[in-house]
Amino acid sequence: MTNETSSTIENALLDVVGVDVSIAGRVILHDVNFSINGGEFTGLIGSNGAGKTTLLRVILGLQAISQGTVTMHGHEITSTNRSIGYVPQKVLFDPDMPVRVRDFVAMGVDGHRYGIARRSRATNDTVEEMLSAVEADTLANRRVGALSGGEQQRVLMAHALVSRPDLLLLDEPLANLDPRSAYEIVRLLHTIATRQHVAILLSAHDMNPLLPVMDRVVYVANAKVASGTTEQVVRTEVLSALYGHHVDVVQVHGRILVVGGDDDEVDTRFVSDHPPLVVE
Amino acid sequence: MVSVVSAIVGVFTVLRSQSFAGHALTDVAMAGGAGASLAAVAPLVGFLGGGILGAGAMDAIGVQRVKDRDIATGVVLGAATGLAALFLYLAASSSGATGSTQLVLFGSVFTVESSTLPYVAVLSALVLLVMYLIRRPLLFSSLSTELAAARGVRLRLVGSAFMVMLAVAVGLSSIVIGSILSTALLIGPAASALKASRSIARATWLAVLLGVAATWLGITFAYDSFYWFPSRRGLPVSFFVVMVVVVEFIVLTIAGGLRARRTTPSSAAWRAVGGA
Repeated sequence: MTNETSSTIENALLDVVGVDVSIAGRVILHDVNFSINGGEFTGLIGSNGAGKTTLLRVILGLQAISQGTVTMHGHEITSTNRSIGYVPQKVLFDPDMPVRVRDFVAMGVDGHRYGIARRSRATNDTVEEMLSAVEADTLANRRVGALSGGEQQRVLMAHALVSRPDLLLLDEPLANLDPRSAYEIVRLLHTIATRQHVAILLSAHDMNPLLPVMDRVVYVANAKVASGTTEQVVRTEVLSALYGHHVDVVQVHGRILVVGGDDDEVDTRFVSDHPPLVVE
Repeated sequence: MVSVVSAIVGVFTVLRSQSFAGHALTDVAMAGGAGASLAAVAPLVGFLGGGILGAGAMDAIGVQRVKDRDIATGVVLGAATGLAALFLYLAASSSGATGSTQLVLFGSVFTVESSTLPYVAVLSALVLLVMYLIRRPLLFSSLSTELAAARGVRLRLVGSAFMVMLAVAVGLSSIVIGSILSTALLIGPAASALKASRSIARATWLAVLLGVAATWLGITFAYDSFYWFPSRRGLPVSFFVVMVVVVEFIVLTIAGGLRARRTTPSSAAWRAVGGA
């Protein structure tokens, strides 16, 4: 159920409507509705196991849905879409793998292509441009397996951006980063989103590093979703309905904390049975 | 040409952590070669047929999924080895199959029939062409299946095509060096080259160089060994080829280790945390 206007839907870059996902008989997501407009920075927030990665895989066309539609530029996504870039949660590279960073980034353009054509100069130029955009110029000739965690994040971002996507999905890019590195990545992503007009959907279990740059939140809990601005979604009554039990939203020194409250009456009704929580 | 094909296919076999599958296919090829010997069919037919059937079986069971890989490979390997034992026993018991066991297991480049050569050339060219056509999605999926799938690489198609090419490469090298030892020609030069190179392209060229050098040095030493002993009995080509491969690997591993100590963190620490 959504309150989005028809003009918002028409203009939406990504539109997720009534999506249900079940895996091995278990409901992972139910009646998911949200939209992302071009150039927006959206946080996909939820605890571990909430279904964030599953939702990203649905958008990528890698996870089947049992109901609903996912459209990009008005066209339904049924398989992989090259206007979507993706940075997975973790990629383990063998340190001995003789693949340079520049060659790995270039695979974002032509890694899927068969045939005899060699890599073009235009591709090489774009690789240099994207490595510069993520401030990883000096890593170009290093082995991908020899990078630190933060360096690898930047290289994965360059790999995802090199095909000039309209939407960039990032799965927990801030996990295992120290606060300073996390801040740097968020700042970098915001700069990229602004300069290249790329919409960003970034999943995280802690929304606080994203507060300064987030245009909207998609909050996942209990197989359900609420979306809107931070002020609209991250509220006690909204999140309590989402979780199905009382939670408190507390602000401490500018940081938002969601803490479990008293277990009063447990409300197990799905979001769609309430007044709509998708507020635009 | 066989060593060129083995080297190129071997590079991707090592990159994809499918060395065990490659070894298993050599044993499957052995079963095919033994069956061909028993049926009085050309050995190449048996090596190729067995290898391709084995590759298909492994693919069906799940060799492309990391967690199922060892199971798939082990099951096929066990079945193939059992069949090979049966066929070799029956062939050895047959009056018309003298020496077939030695040829199937250890091969001999000196006894390859000239009528086989055109088929070897055509198949080698076919493997090289297919590998060149799929090289980018194959490398991409070797690096990260998740990223490759997200970019639209058809993992199943690419993986299956590679398994067939691997089976053909194993079949071709079994003619020259025998099914038992063809693993060395498949994995050795590739593993050595990957340790010593900074790019896949360089690793591929170096693997080809090492494979061709091992084959020709092996042939040269085997020919020359005829004069080493008063008995005038030469030693097998296969033996010398494998020994050269081993020496290449030792030298390049030591050289790679010395360079790594100077410039990069130890990869042992990475492996200790269970990286794939």
